[in-house]
Order: sequence, then C-alpha cells, then structure tokens
Amino acid sequence: MSHDNFFDEMFFPDGSVRPHYAAVEQWIADTPPERIRRMRDAANMLFHRVGITFAVYGEEAGGERLIPFDMLPHVIPGDEWRSLELGLRQRVQALNAFLHDIYHGQEIIRAGRIPAERVLGNKLFRQEMVGLNVPNGVYAHIAGIDLVRAGAGEHYVLEDNLRTPSGVSYMLENRKMMMRLMPELFARQSVAPVEHYPDLLLDTLRSVAPPQVENPVVVLLTPGQFNSAYFEHAFLAQQMGIELVEGPDLFVEDDTVYMRTTRGPKRVDVVYRRIDDDFIDPLAFRSDSVLGVPGLVSAYRKGRVTLANAVGTGIADDKSIYPFVPEMIRFYLGEEPLLNNVPTYQLSRQEDLDYTLAHLAELVVKEVHGSGGYGMLIGPASTERERDDYRRRVLDNPASFIAQPTLALSTCPVFVDQGIAPRHIDLRPFVLSGKEVVMCPGGLTRVALKEGSLVVNSSQGGGTKDTWILEGE
Amino acid sequence: MLSRTANNLYWMARYVERAENTARILDVAHRMSLVPKESRLADQEWFAPLNITGALYPFSGSYREVNAAGVLRYMVLDPDNPSSIYSCARAARENARAERGRITSEMWEVINGTWLEVQGMREDRIASDRVGEFFEWVKERSHLFRGVTVGTMLRDEAYYFNRLGTFLERADNTARMLDVKYHVLLSSAQEVGGAVDYYQWAAVLRSVSAFESYRKVYRDVITPLRVAELLVLREDMPRSLHACMNEAYEILQRMSGGEINEAVRRAGEMHASLHFGRMDIIFASGLHEYLTDFLHRADLLGREVNRTFFSSGSQRAAA
Repeated sequence: MSHDNFFDEMFFPDGSVRPHYAAVEQWIADTPPERIRRMRDAANMLFHRVGITFAVYGEEAGGERLIPFDMLPHVIPGDEWRSLELGLRQRVQALNAFLHDIYHGQEIIRAGRIPAERVLGNKLFRQEMVGLNVPNGVYAHIAGIDLVRAGAGEHYVLEDNLRTPSGVSYMLENRKMMMRLMPELFARQSVAPVEHYPDLLLDTLRSVAPPQVENPVVVLLTPGQFNSAYFEHAFLAQQMGIELVEGPDLFVEDDTVYMRTTRGPKRVDVVYRRIDDDFIDPLAFRSDSVLGVPGLVSAYRKGRVTLANAVGTGIADDKSIYPFVPEMIRFYLGEEPLLNNVPTYQLSRQEDLDYTLAHLAELVVKEVHGSGGYGMLIGPASTERERDDYRRRVLDNPASFIAQPTLALSTCPVFVDQGIAPRHIDLRPFVLSGKEVVMCPGGLTRVALKEGSLVVNSSQGGGTKDTWILEGE
Repeated sequence: MLSRTANNLYWMARYVERAENTARILDVAHRMSLVPKESRLADQEWFAPLNITGALYPFSGSYREVNAAGVLRYMVLDPDNPSSIYSCARAARENARAERGRITSEMWEVINGTWLEVQGMREDRIASDRVGEFFEWVKERSHLFRGVTVGTMLRDEAYYFNRLGTFLERADNTARMLDVKYHVLLSSAQEVGGAVDYYQWAAVLRSVSAFESYRKVYRDVITPLRVAELLVLREDMPRSLHACMNEAYEILQRMSGGEINEAVRRAGEMHASLHFGRMDIIFASGLHEYLTDFLHRADLLGREVNRTFFSSGSQRAAA
C-alpha cells in the first residue's frame, strides 16, 4: 500500500500502518467491503438530500454539483496538531499585525523589510482603510490557511485565505456524516470535537462589535442563492441563529446600518460578510454592484458597524505578498516562523522569470491575485501547448505571476471500487481572531480524487474528507 | 424576522392555497357543466371561472372561444397566466427555495415535488375524463403541504406569516367561489328554485368540501340562504369567511405585539362584521354586493399587511 515518492498519512514507506491509524485499519479489516459500499452510497444520497451542493463557475448556468465525500478520515496525532496550531496562530497574528501596520504607520515598509511598491502599488491595497481603527485591531477575523505536507513529512503553508474563506460547512457536515456511518470508531478512540465551531464563530463576531454596544446584533451577508457557497452561508446563519441577509435587506441611515424586519428597522452591529470588497457598497466600490449596501462603508469608517472580515484584507493574502510572511512574523512578533513557506519565484524579478520560463514543465505557476485554483498552470501535468499559451500570458505581465516548485503533496488513502488507494490531500484549518485567537481542532481536508492529480480545489474536481485530531496523545 | 423572509413565506403559502382554490373553482364549473341542459347553453359555466378570477379579459387576448378545453388549458397549464395552477406551483417553489433554511425539509420536499410533477405535465392530464382526478391531486398536494407545515414547523414568526398567507388567500377564494353561483345565474338566466338551481348550489358546497357539513348542520334541504350562511358566517366551517378571518385577525394581533396598527384594525373590522352579521340582512341588500365588498376589503387588508410588515425601512431606502 506504500507509495514510493510521497509521504503517506496512513502507511510507513515499508507498508506498515502508522500507529495513529491503527483503529481505522482495524475497522477496515473488520468491515465487509459490501457494507462499505452501501455506506458510501448512503452518504452520497444523504448529502444530496440535504442539498450540500455548490455551484461551479464557468459551467452551464445554475449548475449544481455535489462535492464528493470520501469516508476514510484524515487522522492527525494530537501532538502534531498542537505544533501546527501554534504555527497557525503565530502566522495569523502576524498577518493581522501586518494589516494594521500597512493601514497605519507602515513601519515594515520603512524598515525596508518589504518593498513599498509591492504594497502601495497593489490594487488590493485599500486607500479607504488608511488610518482607520478597527475593533481590537483585527482585520482577518476568519482565516483559512491551506497546509500541505511534502517530502519527508514537513508542513508548508500553501496559501493564506483572508478574504471570505469557505469550506467550514463541509468540516461540520462531514463530521456529522462520519458519526452516523461509523459510530464504533468514535467510541474506540477520542476524536476532538468540531461541532462547537458555530459557537466559536459567533463569540468571535460578537467580540468585535463596535465599543459600547451592549448586546450586538450579528448578520451574515450573502450575495444570494446563486453564489457558489450559498449553502454554506445559509448553513452557518442557521447554526449561529443569526439572520441571513442580502444587500436589499439592509439599509444605512445616519451612518447606522439597519435590517428591514417585520417589526420595523432593526439595528445591525456586526456584518459577517461573504461578499467581496468590490461588491459590498456601490457608493464606495463598484457602482454597478446590486449585491451590496449603499452607505455601508461610510458607516464602517465611522466605526458604527464592524465588517468581518475587514475591508482590504486581500492585500495580505495576495500571492505577491506571500513570500514576505515569514519576514512579518520576525518583524512583528520577534519570533522565528514555526510553519514553512513554499519557496516562491517572483516573476517580477528578472532572474526568477528567466528560471521559471526555462523550467515551466517542473513548476506550478499561479496568478498573483487569483484564487480557488482558477487560472494556474501545473507544469508536470501540462501539455506542450498549454505551456506555450501560458508562457505568452506570463510574458504579457510577468509581475502578476509567481511560480513554485511542484510539491510532492502527501497522500492519504481513499476508498475506490477495488479497496483503497492513495490520493493527494491538503488541509485547511480555520483560525478565528476576535478578542482572542481561537481554533477548532481540525479543518477541511481536500483530496484530489483523480489518480496522480495534485489539484484539490472543489471547483477542479476535488473531494473532501473528515479530519480527525486524536486527543490525549 | 427579516421582511423579505416573512414576505416569501407568506406568498409561498398563498400560492399553494391559490392553486388549490383554482382547482376547486374549475371543479365546480366542471361539475355544473355535466348537468343536462339545452345545447345553446352548453359552455355557459366556463365563463364563471374567468369572471370570478378576473381573467376574462386576458383570456380573450389569446383564446377565441370560451369553452371547457380553452379555459382548462388557460387556468391549469398556461405559463403566461400568472394565476394558472402551473404558475402558482412555480411561484410557491421559488419562494420556498429562497427560504430553504427557514422551512422544514419536509415542506421543501412537498413543494419541490409538486412543482416537478406539474412542470412535466402533459395536455392529456386535463382531458375531460381525467381532469377530475387531476383536481383531486392538486387538493391532496395542498392538504399535504398544510399538514406538513402544521406538523413540523416551529411556532415562530415564520410559521405565522406562512399561515396568514393561507387564510387570507382562502377567504378571498371562498368569497369568489360563492359568487360563482351569481355569475352562472347571470350568464344562463335560469329560473331560481328548479332542479338545476339545486344542483348548482350542491356543486358550490361540494367545491369547498362542505356538502356533508351542510347536511350535518342543517339536516334539511339545500337553500341558498343556508349555503351562504355556512360559507360566510359559520365560524366552525373551516373554509368560511368567518373562520378565515378568525385566524387572520389573531395572527395579525400576535405579530403586532399588542399594537393596533392599520392591518390589525382592518382585520378586526372585517372580523367583527362577520362575527355579528346576519344572513337575512345580507341577503336583503344582495349577497353578490356583499361578496364584492368583502373582496375589496380583503384586497386593502393585503396591501396593509404588505406595508406594515414587508416593507419596513426608511422612506429613502424604500423609495
């Protein structure tokens, strides 16, 4: 079952089972394949009925798909998780400090640790945020940090998601499904619970309400039912017991935000928004947006309402800024980074550009402002023609691309028709920052279901797994 | 709760109820058309459904003759008719889809299932030998929706706005249904008191599932005054105007938290006139006139509900 070139989460290279997977292996051995097949069918049917689907951009309008779910859990020993958690907290704290700094004194630029034009010339730098104080100095209240394990087993941060990271509903629904399908495994070992995530999120959001608000009213602002993550928006609002609002449900008067209710206008203090900056307020950003709320940014700038995440966080998860995150940790926290960055070629530099163009077939090239796996080139999986096309795009505007070595992502077994087989995975834990930084033990494990594929994005045919943090080890 | 949500749930329920009542109205016409009569009057009954739903004018725009096939096609299947059963099923489903997180999954499955079936329906389902069966099916789906609503939904604002939609729509439809008889009489100029007259009043009773109740309450022959009394003033008759306004008035009071706003006042006024009304007095000034006035007030109440609960906000934002 071992796989020669990759770190496997379940098996040692010699094919024996890692100790933290012993219970899972025992369960597989004890369960007839026929029963496993039935359970897979049942899981798919249940997910369909509950309507856990997502829309795919660029396909036929209204296309809804189920994200495939694999029953074999991604198991992480407790001590390993604890060191990951330390690294994640450290990283998110530094990123928030960076956001505060660049919208205030810009010390890091003056200290010469990051080039000024990289920040100030970036379209994701929001002039509106300069000099604005946000509650507790927190900008990225909800951060999803994508981790991968490579080579001999060391972890890397693949990217930081600080705008409107999604996927946490799958973490919760997958766990619910697993407890239903294999309760005996949960009885046999202690898996850290994740069910309290909505409570943690609500606490976090309430803790960053404007000062002097007694009992803050929190709403979740969604672009509406045709958004790819609408299911998650509705799910989280329901779990937190807050209103799921669309732009037209809110209005601003005298710099105060209200929602229209059956009992008249009701004041809103915190908006957990799942709409991008560009669309959030037609008076402040894109005037053609019908999703946003006119006047919202003005109310925000006056400190009358809190937006989570803050406006302008995109500058910190931009791929052209990513190479500087370790530097931020040293600069703001005076600590050495606990988590590795993936070595990154910045194609704005001539020598990096030359190297990249000469090694396209080995590298992964990404758009600086892109996200979600759209518009990237995976060298080893690409054709000659795709590389030529991509080369032209890069040469058009090299500064808007970065390149990274193709990582040998770790594998984790999945159920296939003939037993189990290894597939590449990554992990997105969620870090919540309010009055304090809190985390749910676990995250969303994404898996590339196509054999040999390294792309785990759901929009590109990836699936998900439940993630188990074992307690007491 | 959000005005948009309340509005969606209210209209979801109204559309379900409207589809049911359209089926009931067509069912009366269908039953009446089966009474033997002179051939020159053969299609007269089919004017009634168009008249009472105010659809005669738009109908004439796309159909040449008023007959069974045309009226059924228009009022059941025509996607361009906003109150056809087809359009009601679609609108109910759209409202439900927008509030999936607010309604129970059982409610969603009923509404979604109904739409999927109506959407795939073919012309032969409304052929005269099968259409009765189809009306039964529509009524059953509506019964199922209400049963599932009452049986599964938390008793919060979402529930009450949903119920409010049901009762306001039903009051509107019972009034129209009772008026069918008036329209049929007008168009066919038949003598009052004959066998046909009896049969038509019986059809009205059956159309609102009140035939057996009539027998139980009056233990006597069918007279127009008693039919009207049963469907207007009897509060123990679940589709009567009085019963509907009992529910609507109570819900509006509850949703207004003790405040007497214009919606509560209007509903209370309508309720009081039903509560203290007498059918012989109503008959003296004309049942048709009374029903016409009731429909007008129901319409004003609907607007007031919309203004009070569904369009809150500042003047500027609402403009």
